[in-house]
Amino acid sequence: MEQSRIRNFSIIAHIDHGKSTLADRILQLTDTVADRDMRDQLLDSMDLERERGITIKAQAVRVHWKGHELNLIDTPGHVDFTYEVSRSLQACEGAVLVVDAAQGIEAQTLANAYLAIENDLEIVPVVNKIDLPSADPDAAAAEVCELLGGSPESVIRISAKTGINVEQVLDAIVERIQAPEGDADAPARALVFDSSYDQYRGVIAFVRVVDGRLPTGAALHAMAMGTNFDAEELGYMAPQRMPVEALEAGEVGYVVTGLKDVSSLRVGDTLTLRKAGAASPLPGYKDVKPMVFAGLFPTDSDEYPELRDALERLKLNDAALFYEPETSTALGFGFRCGFLGLLHMEIVRERLEREFDLDLLVTAPNVAYNVQRKDESWLEVHNPAEMPPDPLAVQEPYVRAQVIVPKDFVGPVMELCTERRGRFDHMEYLSETRVLLNYELPLGEIVIDFYDQLKSRTRGYASFDYDLAGFRDGTLSRVDVLVAGEQVDALSLIAHRDAAYERGKLLVERLREEIPRQMFDVPIQAAIGSRVIARETVKAKRKDVLAKCYGGDISRKRKLLEKQKKGKKRMKQVGGVEVPQEAFLAVLNLDGEKKR
Amino acid sequence: MAEASVSAQGSAPAAGVGHLYVHLPFCAHRCGYCDFVTAVGRVGDHGAYADALLRELDRVRPLLEKQLETVFVGGGTPTFTEAAALARILEALPPAAELTVEANPETVTPELAALLRAHGVSRVSLGAQSFSARLLSVLERQATPDDVRRALHTFRDADFDNISLDLIYGIPGQSAADLDADLADALALEPEHLSCYELEAKPGTRFTHAHGAELRRQTEAMERYAERVAETLTAAGYRWYETANYCRTDRGRDLRARHNLAIWRGADYLGVGVGAVSTLGAVRRRNLPSVGRYVAALGRGDGPPHELERLDSATRDVERLMLGLRLDEPFAVEATREVVDAAALERLVAGGLVERLESGVRLTGRGRLLGGAVTVELLA
Repeated sequence: MEQSRIRNFSIIAHIDHGKSTLADRILQLTDTVADRDMRDQLLDSMDLERERGITIKAQAVRVHWKGHELNLIDTPGHVDFTYEVSRSLQACEGAVLVVDAAQGIEAQTLANAYLAIENDLEIVPVVNKIDLPSADPDAAAAEVCELLGGSPESVIRISAKTGINVEQVLDAIVERIQAPEGDADAPARALVFDSSYDQYRGVIAFVRVVDGRLPTGAALHAMAMGTNFDAEELGYMAPQRMPVEALEAGEVGYVVTGLKDVSSLRVGDTLTLRKAGAASPLPGYKDVKPMVFAGLFPTDSDEYPELRDALERLKLNDAALFYEPETSTALGFGFRCGFLGLLHMEIVRERLEREFDLDLLVTAPNVAYNVQRKDESWLEVHNPAEMPPDPLAVQEPYVRAQVIVPKDFVGPVMELCTERRGRFDHMEYLSETRVLLNYELPLGEIVIDFYDQLKSRTRGYASFDYDLAGFRDGTLSRVDVLVAGEQVDALSLIAHRDAAYERGKLLVERLREEIPRQMFDVPIQAAIGSRVIARETVKAKRKDVLAKCYGGDISRKRKLLEKQKKGKKRMKQVGGVEVPQEAFLAVLNLDGEKKR
Repeated sequence: MAEASVSAQGSAPAAGVGHLYVHLPFCAHRCGYCDFVTAVGRVGDHGAYADALLRELDRVRPLLEKQLETVFVGGGTPTFTEAAALARILEALPPAAELTVEANPETVTPELAALLRAHGVSRVSLGAQSFSARLLSVLERQATPDDVRRALHTFRDADFDNISLDLIYGIPGQSAADLDADLADALALEPEHLSCYELEAKPGTRFTHAHGAELRRQTEAMERYAERVAETLTAAGYRWYETANYCRTDRGRDLRARHNLAIWRGADYLGVGVGAVSTLGAVRRRNLPSVGRYVAALGRGDGPPHELERLDSATRDVERLMLGLRLDEPFAVEATREVVDAAALERLVAGGLVERLESGVRLTGRGRLLGGAVTVELLA
């Protein structure tokens, strides 16, 4: 199709504002999916997405409307997936911004809208859920206009659920969003904005053809990775794969690459033809930097190879996932993984457990630190246990955080941000009742339970988003934990100097509760360097006897012992001490404990 | 897997079995903490049960030595069994070097003592449990403290020179002083043998329901009771020869319970009666607990309803280890090395819980108090 009749767009929204429902309605209205095949959140193909009501992976689907070809590129809605949103947006000329008529603008609405503006996209504002009794479309529309400019009339008021005014959205996409303007005669260049793996067909790349044309069977070259392959099949999603002869400039579709090695093609790469290829790649390939790290260890150490394979598979369509082998004296062989944020971590973990049937132990998350060693060289540290002693300087990542709350909750939010070493920047009234608070916070202070705390202190009303503001100097100490005199690398943590003592003390108290009594006294210490700052002891059991055992009891007693043995095997051995897996999560709950 | 594997028609071991257990399930009352196979009352059924039991005994007799080492008659309350039925059973037993009968204090009369004596009973085991009226009532025992003392003297008067007392500790409401008093009262009676068990409150039982909260409150204090029992009895000259069993050593006689000792050492044994367990080589047989079905099956000329458990060699090694470590004699751990974690053994030796002797290993005093955990640790 000629480019003037093509429109490429995304739908962006805060979580639960109705993005997936709008996508569903569009598929129905354009007869892309027959009514009888319709099910909720059709584009969210992972079970996890449908269950949680969120979109994790971007997908692209082609629909037809009044003689135009519309490519809908679905995007994730959560703060952690900003990068996925941004590369989806690079494949578009416009975005439909969905705002809940009852909720108004939320933190992720802002973050997504700013991303769209940065990418020069035309924004079609939509107020959704106007059928709700609590809807206030005028107020929501006013907030949108305040954010984007424009007149309230330009905001389309719809109910994606009932279908009211969804046609207007489709018309607006055709009328307001620009057609792609690639050079159809130039050497082919296509941006890979997503990929997936098919057991039989190998890596499948989702692409936006910017210039030129990709024909079926073409000999292709991925410019960043240097990988060569043939386009075994080309096509578009509707929403199943529909093969076509070629993908033209301006179009969005998929390429079956036949590549079996998942690391040979990365999202963000540019595909071109091997013969008469483009001279330079498209902008857009950017290595995302994970900022949150945690160790992932198989509960059963025999599952290490399975975990490695699973991570490799996930990495294929999760460009942001980072992993490297890690060996812990306490937990054995595993991987130190880098994530965009906590939800990302949670999702990776759940996918590993569900889709790959792995039983995992995930250590408490930490952020990346820049550390200057004594010889003045700099080192990036992903694991507290790797923090060198007596560094010259330590820098930690900070974020610019936006919190939107009803004005009654400004106090509790400020209190929380202050506890977490936040620096107040400024405050804006979005309306008479809703306030936007801007803070700078150390990322390390929000990775553990900031979001939970924020929700509980604002009765769920707060919305929150952040973007990285860079690294700043911090006065940070590494707190180590010793169990029976042996350092447990997986329990080390990095804390602000003022909080280190308190956190060390709470941690050893928690561990004393988590570690069952053994046959010997087990001292648990927290130390900064060689200085012990807190100590607790798990007292030895004095008695553990199977009271009586005669001819009639033997089988039962033996089974009891065998059961206990099995329980023991699930624990990790640290210096001859059995440490239950739960103990390694004790670090996660330190703050919750403090407030009780 | 047929019943034949443990019955007369099966492959009898070259040497006959030297140990026999006889289960008499009847009791006047079921005590709240009890988890043995028991049948309350039913005096009218005792004769029929004895008939059935004698039939079962006849079925297994070919497997037994002509002259047994030990017979143990347990329950239930064997001495609650109607006298004529009890006498018929005792008469039918093959001769044995040690014949033990369990007795509850309130059932002990001069007539009973004479009956036991006349039928060759050489050892009695008296279920005393406590000498505190309050604690006996918590346990729902029928006897009073005086019944316990009277019973012991009655047996002494009938010339029994090998009497064992059972004590229970860790009873809800039992203080350390209560425990000391029980031990002192028991010692004052100079029994040849003492079995001291910690009360096991099984989850879901009536007893646990009634006393669980109290037991939880006492947990920490009671943790020292096992230690206190061992200290007190060994100080009084008793040999702590098994985790929960003590015997006097002052008369140049070996007063250990020979029947149980054989089982702890891994010997084969046959059991008859409801719920009775037999272990013959690689097969364990457990008779089912229903008295009615047992009597009916044997009445028909069938074997008793039962279940079988196959014991592979690793399982038998685990059991040998579990039982052998309960004793104060060296255990030949080399023979079970397939199931033993050698590194754990080293750790336990280094930690002073296990000691190495020329002919094997043995738990130290503290090791015995932690015997369950030590055994789990040792298992590979």
